[in-house]
Amino acid sequence: MKLTLKVWRQKNAQTKGRLETYVLDSVSKDSSFLEMLDILNEQLIADGEVPIAFDHDCREGICGACSLTINGIPHGPDRATTACQLHMRRFKDGETITIEPWRAKPFPVIKDLVTDRSAFDDIMQAGGFITARTGSAIDANEIAIPKDDSDYAMDAAACIGCGACVAACKNASAMLFTSAKVAHLNSLPQGKPEKDRRVLAMVGAMDEAGFGSCTNYGECSAVCPKEISLDMIAQMNRDYLTAKVKTFFSQKSA
Amino acid sequence: MALTGLVLVLFVLGHMGGNLLIFAGQDAINAYAYQLHSLPAPVLWGIRAFLLVCVGLHIWMAVLLTLASRKARPEDYRQKATVQATYASRTMRMSGVILLSFIIFHIAHYTARIIPGKEYNTQLTEVPLVQGGETMLKQSGDPIMTFDVYTMMVAGFQVWWVSLFYIIAVGLLCLHLTHGVTSMFQTIGLRNKRWENRLNRLALAYGWIIFLGFAAIPTAVLIGILDAPALTASVAAEIPTQIATLEK
Ligand code: HEM
Ligand code: FES
Repeated sequence: MKLTLKVWRQKNAQTKGRLETYVLDSVSKDSSFLEMLDILNEQLIADGEVPIAFDHDCREGICGACSLTINGIPHGPDRATTACQLHMRRFKDGETITIEPWRAKPFPVIKDLVTDRSAFDDIMQAGGFITARTGSAIDANEIAIPKDDSDYAMDAAACIGCGACVAACKNASAMLFTSAKVAHLNSLPQGKPEKDRRVLAMVGAMDEAGFGSCTNYGECSAVCPKEISLDMIAQMNRDYLTAKVKTFFSQKSA
Repeated sequence: MALTGLVLVLFVLGHMGGNLLIFAGQDAINAYAYQLHSLPAPVLWGIRAFLLVCVGLHIWMAVLLTLASRKARPEDYRQKATVQATYASRTMRMSGVILLSFIIFHIAHYTARIIPGKEYNTQLTEVPLVQGGETMLKQSGDPIMTFDVYTMMVAGFQVWWVSLFYIIAVGLLCLHLTHGVTSMFQTIGLRNKRWENRLNRLALAYGWIIFLGFAAIPTAVLIGILDAPALTASVAAEIPTQIATLEK
């Protein structure tokens, strides 16, 4: 197939970027989206141009590295699919495809389509862990966890931290990511003792990083490759409110 | 945002209920207005101040949210797309701003009565207060007189552009609420997968009830279902001149 690609080129965070147009002939419809970019880069290198920088690692939809906004939709048109798992048969011959990076102030562009997502690490460092030393792994059912709870925590833990939620949100809010991490630990017995402290700290770090505020559009969950549910956000809101009220009436600081 | 929204959501329902008394006749709505106005001044003004503070906070929060979101995406997408966000959710700011202009007009129109040519004070006389079919009397034996809210509303909505503005405004209110009501539950954490659809439907139904309830009054006046047949002769004589001044 023949494609016209409009790709965001930007030297670094300081310089201004712009969309550059490239034409690619004879792309196999069976190649993946990232393979298509590889082919384009081969062509650019052969022409003596600078290849396009884009993030990728596992290429099997589990690491969260790939981060392309394709025709305005983070990870492209397929539901519950990362950009690396997207295939060219999803597009029409002769189509024009626009490829942009994640766009949010806390995710500055490093180069072209690569952004710095360490704001997510800051949120994790604020409370995405339990403080007890866990030692080596214990017997699987040492701590009995109801099936519903472990399923729910597993759904939350499925988040691969790619940042598509932020990229898709019209407010550039990081609520879905943060809530998945909060909900994961807050719903398990190991994480429960630090529930209040965790939610306050992680929401604090999220606000500090400069993400926008949630107005419940639901675009985040719709583009999420792991289909993290809006329930997680509702739970984080509930846990946050509870924690606020509790610390307000408590002597101890959380 | 959610809490002030909740106050307004409940107020709007109560307000609509009260207004619909107009269909129960002139005496009913006038008696209702009389009761509201004879609340002790601190209570009446307390409620009014509380509502205005809620409106103010609601707007202030909306401004803060909008500014934070703008700041969070300094460079926007060249190609924008929406996957599933509803029209209502994407237009909350627009519907909100138009509603604000409506609320200002509405309070100037029917509460403060300071819209030029629509003061409704000189043209409308007071009418006797009738409750449960009986004319209420003062101790002196004279009837208690009350402001004729009924005739004011009918006269107000007989002006086509006033009615049109009201209908458009409550239509936008319906839109605002279809997102607002479900969003409110999400924000306070009372929503999950099982309830999501139910709450969405609740919000949709609520928005439509509010729209139909409020829009019924100006519509009924425009098509003549609501008229002012019970006008006293003196007021009836003034109506044509009043309408003439209104239309100027
Ligand atoms: C067709 C629709 C409506 C009608 C016929 C209507 C009618 C009225 C009337 C007659 C009053 C004056 C009551 C008095 O004598 O003090 C009033 C007051 C008021 N209305 Fe409405 N209204 C409508 C819609 C709305 C909507 C949609 C809102 C806001 C969301 C609203 C907000 C208010 C407020 C804030 C007041 C002032 C209450 C106060 O006295 O403090 N109204 N309305
Ligand atoms: S490259 Fe690992 S998820 Fe796409």
